[in-house]
Parts: sequence; C-alpha cells; structure tokens
Amino acid sequence: MTKLLDIGDLKTQFFTSAGVVQAVDGITYDVAPGETVALVGESGCGKSVSAMSILRLIPDPPGKIVGGSIMFDGKDLLALSDTEMRAIRGRDIGMIFQEPMTSLNPVLTIERQLTETLEEHLHVTGEPARARARELLGLVGISEPERRLRQYPHHLSGGMRQRVMIAMALACEPKLIIADEPTTALDVTIQAQILELMKELTRKMGVAMIIITHNLGVVARYADRVNVMYAGRIIESGTAEQIYHNPKHPYTLALLRSVPRFDHIRGEKLQPVDGQPPDLTKLDQGCSFRPRCAFATEQCARARPALEPVEGGHVAACWVKETVGFAEAIA
Amino acid sequence: MNQAMPPEAEAPPAPRTAGTGALVEVRNLKMHFPVTEGAFITRVVAHVKAVDGISFDIRKGETLGLVGESGCGKTTAGRCILQLEKATEGEIWFDGNELNKLNKLQMRPIRQRIQVIFQDPYSSLNPRMKIGEIIAEPMMVHGIITDREARNRRVRELLGLCGLNPAFADRYPHEMSGGQRQRVGIARALAVNPEFIICDEAVSALDVSIQAQVINLLEDLREQFDLTYLFISHDLSVVHHLCHRVAVMYLGHIVELTTTDELFRNPMHPYTQALLEAVPIPDPTVEKGRAHKIIKGEIPSPINPPPGCVFHPRCPKAVEGCSRSFPDFREVKPGHWVACTEV
Repeated sequence: MTKLLDIGDLKTQFFTSAGVVQAVDGITYDVAPGETVALVGESGCGKSVSAMSILRLIPDPPGKIVGGSIMFDGKDLLALSDTEMRAIRGRDIGMIFQEPMTSLNPVLTIERQLTETLEEHLHVTGEPARARARELLGLVGISEPERRLRQYPHHLSGGMRQRVMIAMALACEPKLIIADEPTTALDVTIQAQILELMKELTRKMGVAMIIITHNLGVVARYADRVNVMYAGRIIESGTAEQIYHNPKHPYTLALLRSVPRFDHIRGEKLQPVDGQPPDLTKLDQGCSFRPRCAFATEQCARARPALEPVEGGHVAACWVKETVGFAEAIA
Repeated sequence: MNQAMPPEAEAPPAPRTAGTGALVEVRNLKMHFPVTEGAFITRVVAHVKAVDGISFDIRKGETLGLVGESGCGKTTAGRCILQLEKATEGEIWFDGNELNKLNKLQMRPIRQRIQVIFQDPYSSLNPRMKIGEIIAEPMMVHGIITDREARNRRVRELLGLCGLNPAFADRYPHEMSGGQRQRVGIARALAVNPEFIICDEAVSALDVSIQAQVINLLEDLREQFDLTYLFISHDLSVVHHLCHRVAVMYLGHIVELTTTDELFRNPMHPYTQALLEAVPIPDPTVEKGRAHKIIKGEIPSPINPPPGCVFHPRCPKAVEGCSRSFPDFREVKPGHWVACTEV
C-alpha cells in the first residue's frame, strides 16, 4: 500500500525568551489512504504542534520547522511556496479543530462559510455552490439545510457547529482530514454522534484521518493505528490492539492504568504516574520519561532510546521494553 | 387557658430534618432564573428552569455522584446547596438545619462545614495571593487559628497532606501546573475542617495521569477525615470509580438514582442507557463488541423544555403518554429510583 502522508524526523521548535522549546523532537510516522491514525498524549506533548506542522500553520516567529520532511501525495510540503501550500490546505487536506465557536467566522452565514471554500479551491460559484452547500449540510445530518444556510454560527449549538466544520472539511473531497480534539468541547451523547458521523463519512468517501486526542476511549473506538506521544516524541506506535493489550513503553502502560473504566470492578485503586511532564526547554540526552518511570535504569540517563520493533509493525522506544507489561505491573 | 390545653394539641416541635437522618437532604429543589428584556424597564419574559424539582439524600461518609451533560442543572444544584443561589422553591437540610431559612449570620458556622472545590484551577485561585495566603484565608475568615505561626504550620501541613511541597506556600498560582493548583484548591477546602465537600467537575480539566493522582487524593482524604462528597461531573468513568451512589440529571430533573454498581450494571432510564452507550471504553476489543446505539437529537433549551417527560423527544422508548406529564420518580426496586413509566 502506498503512503498518503509520510513524515520523517520532523522537528518543530519555538524560540522563546525562556529558551528553545523542542515541541516536536523528531517524529516519524505515515498514514495510508483511507486509514484513521490517532495521535494520543497529554497536554504539551506536541501532538497539536505536529499536526499544525503538516499544514505549515506554525506561527513564525516564534515557531519554526527546523528539520525533517513531510511527503504528502508525492509532494514535499516543506518545499512548497506559500501559494502552493494554500492550494492544498482545505482542498487536499481538510481540518477540524477543537473549538467550533472560534473556528467559524462569526460574521459570515453558514452558506458563505461553505461556499467560500468551494469558490477558492474548485471555482464553483452561484447556484451550483449553494446546491453543494445544501447537499453537504444534509450529509452531516443537519435538518432543514435551507434554513440553516441563512443562519450565523451563534444560532447553532456546539454539536451543530462541529457538524458545519465537518461539512467544510469535506467540501472539496480531501484525501486527508486532520481533526484536532474534534469532540473535546462536546457533551458525551453529542461526541458519540459526531465521531460516528466522522467514521461513517471517512469510510464512505475513503478519506484518511489523523485524529488528535487525549481521550483513550475515543482512540480505542475509532483508530486503526495509534501513535503515543510524550515530550515531543512518539514513544510507541502500533495497531490499537497492540497498544492497548500489549503496551511496551512504561508511559503507555501508565496511561492505560490511570484511566478509570466503568466496565471494571469498582474498588481497584488507580495507579497514576507520579510527577509532572518535563520542561521542553530543558531536555537532556536521556529518556525524557525517566524521572517518572518505574522501570528506569542507568542506561536511560545516558542515551535516549530509539523506536525499535516489538512485533508486526508495533514499535516502542524503551531500553527495557522486554520487561514492560501488564503482568509485571500486577506483581 | 393555655394550661387547660391538652398536651396533644401543642404544636409539634419543628422537624430537625426532613426525616431520613442523612447529612444532606434536598427536597423538591427548584431554581428558576428569570430571563429579562428591556434596558430601562425590564420585564421577565421567561424562566430558565435550571433545576426543576429534585430530591436526594447524602448520608454521612457517602459520595453521591451527580452526572449529566452541560445545562442539565448539576452545577446549579450544587450552588443552591452552598447557598450561592437562593432556591426558588424546595428545602435543603444540612445536619438538622434548613439552610434556606437561615440568615447570613446563622449560615456562617455552617458554611465552615460545607466547602467546595471548583473545576477550573486557573480561575479559582487569586493570582495576586501567595499559595500560603490562599490556604490561610478561610482559617482567618472563620477565626479557626488566630495565631499566625500556628496558621503557617497548618498551611504547610495541609500542603503536605495534598501531596505538595510545603515550600510552595511562598509561590504564586502562576508558578504551578494545573494539577498542583487543583491540589491547592483541595488544601484550601480542607483548611476549615469541613464535613461535606462539593466537588464541581474537580478533576475534569486535568490530564489523565494527573487526574488519577487527584482522584486518589480525594479518596484518601475521604477515608482519613470521614468526609462526605457531592461529586458533580459529566465523566461517567470517574463517577463510577469514586461514588457510592449516582443521580443522573437531564434538563433540570433527576431521571435515575441508585447505587453505582446497580446503575452501571442495570441502567433503567433510557437516558442513562444512552449515556452509558455513548461513553467509549479504552479497550479496542471491548469497543468492537459494543452495539454503539447512539441517540439522536440535541439537548433542548431549559427555557422552553418539552412538555411531559423532558427526554421524550429523544427517547427511543417514548409512548404517547410521555408528552403529557412528567413521570413519577418511582422506587422500581429497593434503592433504585427511576422517573420513567416504561420500565
């Protein structure tokens, strides 16, 4: 299978008065056509910055992509001019952001939000554009599309706005959608509706998706492959089953053991990770999870482990990954 | 004349509680906020029925979960118990005192026994005060420890208790992470030795690994100080972990109330069932085996709630009668209360 997106050793840094923040510190992953890949991690681990880097939307200054390559559909995105990049954003790569309140333009009608994209990229205007906008609203399950087209974002509920965002992302039939915490601001029942809609539409239209989230439940329900990030790096990667049933990085294991689950027996104590994530301006040559890690050895302080194969496409970056697992955790 | 009256005719002593012996008793609580129109001559055009007649008890040492989606009235219910809102109707009893009948002076000693932990650790701490001052303030307000040295010792003790370095007393909130700030919020609540703490989305803003630390802290403190919690949250997994009993709210009403094990094993109200179905479980194999029946529609506005059962427009089990009157809150089996005619 050919790769739709191939990211190699991507590094994005922010040059601040407090020092250089190594927000994304050499990540490598790929996305196949039609595949759903999750980037999961806690705040500040670099998952959003890595996605913004793909779109080349890093504010410069203070941010800069300092190394690596991003190959999308045969093109090197880092080598494109701003104009060429603009033609890809919104057309070949759709975007869905967390805050549907702030990502829609408050002074434009829903119709205008949708037709603007169509005009810009596909040069469709007038009645055909309006017809397509109506069709898109129907596609994302908005009733009475005719009336909704005349409304403004503030007329709509959060869930409804997120549906409009999805309609905009799908408007030009992109090959890839990047969804950054698409349902974090929504209620549980609405979150389920939106995720189900995204899954159905991406499957139907064969669109690949990168979903960025901190919610391990959402990942388990929707992702084909999972990349776990910590302190700017991917520390483990594999299929959802490999990651959830056979975690080989102590951080992945710790994350899974710190989420409460309502399908488990009550009364088990959660086993949180002690301490805090590291300061990204002060990373040393060792493994950045070392200070919080129950498995740390001397070797972990000397050098940072690289991603190495576990089995069948499952990789983990840990010196002692052979000893990490659920069985040891209980003992 | 008075002496001639037989003793039976004397007015019975005012009830000391609503009658169940629980620490907190809420009876038919309603909170309707007026919606006004006009700049100079304002008139009330409608009411937001944030809480529309809820009743529950919290026993000493118990953690009651109050779950529901945004706008269901869970936070307003908590604010009414704290007397931060004057309830429109209903009774709130705390250890034999009917709170909504007390004046400010009478309320003061009780306020010391009821504390609150808020969701947002960024906006609930005064950015201009040092952590030590933030924690010491409630002690000064309630005159608990008047000696400055003793108070500082207590602040350090509280910080240690909440898993923070006592040296943090000299820092400012902006120097701390979200998880640390939430621990400060907890230390501040504990400063006045409360019996009852309302946790309003106390762990919702935290990352998973930090959230687990704070959940464990809340559990340890409950055991150590025999605390009673009202745990308000939208996160069913956290509620399942922490609470003994759970009340599910929808649009101002409690639709189901029972023990945690019973609620998650045998949810009866169609809304509770839909809610549980919607929460993804962090296990891909479990997820593949689930039906993913997702309810349609959105939460209606509490200004103009649907007639009858407020859930009926979204309910897969709705029958004709559902749009006529709100169903009784019935004890379907011992300790399991449901407001639905179809169970």
